[in-house]
Amino acid sequence: MEKKLLFANIDDPKQPEIDTYISKGGYESFKKVIKEMKPEEVIEEVKKSGIRGRGGAGFPAGMKWSFVPKDSPKPKYLVCNGDESEPGTCKDRVLMEHDPHLVVEGMAIASYAIGAGHAFIYIRGEFDYPASQMRKAIDQAYQKGFLGKNIQGSGYDLEMIVHTGGGAYICGEETALLNSLEGKPGQTRIRPPFPAVEGLYACPTVVNNVETLSNMSLIIKNGGEWYSKIGTEKSTGTRIFCLSGHVKNPGNYELELGTPMSYLINDLGGGIVDGKKLKAIIPGGSSTPILTPDKIDTKLDFESVVEAGSMLGSGGVIVMHEDTDMVWVAKVLAHFYMHESCGECTPCRQGTKWLHDTITRIYNGHGKMEDIDILLDLCDNIEGKTICPLGDAAVIPIRSTINLFRNEYEHYINHKKPLVENKFMSFVNG
Amino acid sequence: MILSDDSVDAIKKTTARYPHRKSAILPGLTIAYRQVGHLNEDLYGEVAEVIGVSKNEVASAATFYTMFPKQKVGKYLIQVCVNISCGLMGAESLMEYLLKKLNVKPGEISEDGLFTVVPVECLGSCTTAPMMQVNQDFYENLTPEKVDQILEDLRKKA
Ligand SMILES: Cc1cc2nc3c(=O)[nH]c(=O)nc-3n(C[C@H](O)[C@H](O)[C@H](O)COP(=O)(O)O)c2cc1C
Ligand code: SF4
Ligand code: FES
Repeated sequence: MEKKLLFANIDDPKQPEIDTYISKGGYESFKKVIKEMKPEEVIEEVKKSGIRGRGGAGFPAGMKWSFVPKDSPKPKYLVCNGDESEPGTCKDRVLMEHDPHLVVEGMAIASYAIGAGHAFIYIRGEFDYPASQMRKAIDQAYQKGFLGKNIQGSGYDLEMIVHTGGGAYICGEETALLNSLEGKPGQTRIRPPFPAVEGLYACPTVVNNVETLSNMSLIIKNGGEWYSKIGTEKSTGTRIFCLSGHVKNPGNYELELGTPMSYLINDLGGGIVDGKKLKAIIPGGSSTPILTPDKIDTKLDFESVVEAGSMLGSGGVIVMHEDTDMVWVAKVLAHFYMHESCGECTPCRQGTKWLHDTITRIYNGHGKMEDIDILLDLCDNIEGKTICPLGDAAVIPIRSTINLFRNEYEHYINHKKPLVENKFMSFVNG
Repeated sequence: MILSDDSVDAIKKTTARYPHRKSAILPGLTIAYRQVGHLNEDLYGEVAEVIGVSKNEVASAATFYTMFPKQKVGKYLIQVCVNISCGLMGAESLMEYLLKKLNVKPGEISEDGLFTVVPVECLGSCTTAPMMQVNQDFYENLTPEKVDQILEDLRKKA
C-alpha cells in the first residue's frame, strides 16, 4: 500500500513555507528534543525505531549516531547527503523541493543528538532549485529562532549551511563528499578512521541521507516504537521508490517496506507501456543486480530483495520491457562508471575503461567470443580490490547482463547486430 | 579583474559562513562560472585571492568537477541526460534531434552563439524522463513539440 508519511504534505504548494509547516505541527519534535530530551535519549528513540539509512547501504541510523565519541573535545558535524546521483534515483530532490522544512527539522534533531554545532547539507551542483528551496527554508528557520544561537532558550546553538557540489557521482560516497566539502577533489578516504571519529575537518562527523533524516521528526513525534511497527521486523518504516523506465505511470511512490514490487510496478505504475512484456528490473539504482520477471513479487524490504539476488540500494526501480537490448544497458552503465570513477585506484580507473571499451566493441559489431570471458575476468579483477564500493558497483550491471542474457552478447558477436533492437529509441511516442 | 563586484561580494559572504575557508572553493567556483559562463586559469587565481587560498588548491578542485565548463559554451548550455532511465525513454533520439535542429556537434557552439549541446550522466530526474537541463533549469517529460517550444522561448529571451 502507498503509505504517505514523508509524502503526507507533498502536494500542498504552501508546504515549503515555514508558517504552513508549523501550522501542521512542524518543529514540535525539534522543540521537544532540545527542551525535554537528553541527546542519548534521542539516539535511543531512533535506535528503537529500527530505521536504516536510505542512502544505499542501509546502516542503522541510531547506531551510526552512537559511534560519535561523546568525550571528544573537537567540534562535531552533521552532514546531510543530498548528492543524489545514483542513476534511477530522484527522491531526495522531491523532499528538498516540496517539504524542505522536514529536511531541516530532521537535520536539526540529528545535530542535537550527536552534539553538532554545525550542520551542512551537501546538494549536487545541478540541483539549483532544490538548493534554493533549502536555502529559503533555512533562512526562515533562522528568522523563527529554530536555528542560530540559544535556540528557543534551550542553550543549544546550531548553524546550518547549504553546500552545492560540482556534479560528481563519487561525491555521494561519504568520504569523497567530506573531501569535496573541504574544497578538495572528490576522492575517497581509506577507512578506518570512520567519519564518526574523524570526518569533516578531521572531526567527528555523521553523514546521513536526506530521506533518512526526513523521518526524524515523525520518529520523535510518534515514538520509535510506533515507527518500528511499520514495515517489516528488520526493515522498518516506509521508503520512497523512484519508479522509472517502461511503465505507464512513472513517479516517486512512498510504500511501507515489505510491499511487493508487483504492486509498485503494476498497480501504482500501471504496468508496462504499450502492452509489452516485462523483461528486467533494476530494483535499487544502477548499482544493484538486475532481476528477471519471475522475481516481480519480491517484497521490497532489505532482506527480501537480497534473497531475490539483488539489493534495495537507493530505491530507484528501473523497469525494462521486451524491446530492451541488454548489451546496450550494460554499455550505458559501463560508460557511467568509467566517467564517474574518481581515479584513485588502478583497478577501478583502468578496469572501468576496459569494461566500457570491450562492451562498446561488442555493441559496434566488432566483438569476439572471448570478449565475454574477458569481461567476466575484468569484473573479478575490479571487485573487492578498490578503496570504495564504486568499483564493485561498476561490475554489477556487466555480470548481471552476462549471467542473465548471455545469448544477447553471443548474438551480437555472431551476427554483428543485436538480438533485440531497442524499439524505444524514439522519444516521439515515448 | 574578471569577477564582478557582486561576485566578489557573494564569494566573500559564502566564505565567512564556513568554519574553514577552503570549503568555500566549490561555491566560489560556482559563482564565478555562472557569471562568466566557464572557468579558466585567470578565474582560478581570482577566486583563490578572494577566498584566501592558493591558486593551486582552486585549480585542482575546478579540474576535478565536470560540472564547471572549462571552455567557452553557448549562452545556453543544454545538457541532455543519456543515462539509463532517460535512455529507455528515448534520450539518444532526443540528443540527435537537438544536434540536427541546432546544426551542431556535441560541445560546439551554434552559429548564433546561443546553444551548446552535451550529453551528461543521470541528473536525478529519472521518473520524468527524457529530460535535459538548460543552464540552471530542468526540462522534463520531453517531446519534440516541447523541445521546439523551449528553443523558441530561449531564442526570444536571448
Ligand atoms: C559511489 C557511491 C555513491 C553514493 N551516492 C550516494 C548519494 O548520492 N546519496 C546518498 O545519500 N548516499 C550515497 N552513497 C552512500 C553514502 O556513502 C552513505 O552511506 C550515506 O549517505 C549514508 O546515509 P544513510 O546512512 O542515511 O543511508 C553513495 C555511496 C557510494 C559508494
Ligand atoms: S573504487 Fe573507483 S571511485 Fe572508488 S576510490 Fe577507487 S577509483 Fe575512486
Ligand atoms: S537517468 Fe536521466 S535523469 Fe536519471
